[in-house]
Amino acid sequence: MKYLITFLTLLVVYLFLAGFTVEEVILGSLVSVVLTVLLANRLNFKVDWRFPFKLLKFLFVYIPVFIWKLILANIDVARRVLSFKIPLNPGIVKVKTNLKGDLGKLTLANSITLTPGTLSIDVEDDYIYVHTIDILKNSKDKNQEIISGPFEKILGGIFE
Amino acid sequence: MTILSYIFLIIGALFFLLGGLGVFRMPDTFNRIQAGTKATTLGAFSIIVGVLFGSVENHLDWIPKLIIIIVFIVISNPVGSSTIAKATYRSKNIPDNLIQDDLKERGEKQ
Repeated sequence: MKYLITFLTLLVVYLFLAGFTVEEVILGSLVSVVLTVLLANRLNFKVDWRFPFKLLKFLFVYIPVFIWKLILANIDVARRVLSFKIPLNPGIVKVKTNLKGDLGKLTLANSITLTPGTLSIDVEDDYIYVHTIDILKNSKDKNQEIISGPFEKILGGIFE
Repeated sequence: MTILSYIFLIIGALFFLLGGLGVFRMPDTFNRIQAGTKATTLGAFSIIVGVLFGSVENHLDWIPKLIIIIVFIVISNPVGSSTIAKATYRSKNIPDNLIQDDLKERGEKQ
């Protein structure tokens, strides 16, 4: 199963870059088989029978939310940059995450970086250190809710 | 289709402009990184979507490549900005306007 997923990913990337002709499919399959045999044991991920559903959820639930948040983040940046005196209230917050896998943490940290007013700095064990432009004083739970709330729920169903 | 493509290209260029202005106007490193990352990600995204709409008519084979470019930009851009922010913090180049600093509690064990 792991070999199959690795092979398909490599083949799809190869065909996307090279074009969909018969020769390219043959050559791409050969290259992908060699690379799969060499690499698959060293790759660190797990797959099970729910993988297709997770992929669909990733594509149709996570990505629209992500793009919407990215647009909001840019409007926020534009508003701050164009205002006469830049409204700033910065601070570094420690956010707890329930995601266990490395891939889940990477996706969560990337999503946090691209949402309005936040930038993830470091990941350590179950905590992500996040720099925010608008910090709320003396309310840890609320900060955490604002920063990682929306993505934590969606990603919890996709990654471990 | 061509008009749609031009609209996306102009939006992308506008976000790049705002990002550059943000890097110029923000007062400290972290806020500059924030403005830079967000604006360049959506700017590149929007410009590539514009090229995608423009290539629908006579360059259909570009579309998969453009999708791969978008995916790699969206993965690598935040990773790069986090790395720069981490390096900034570790080199003790910390701005003095932070209201709360949870990273300080972690101490010097790195």
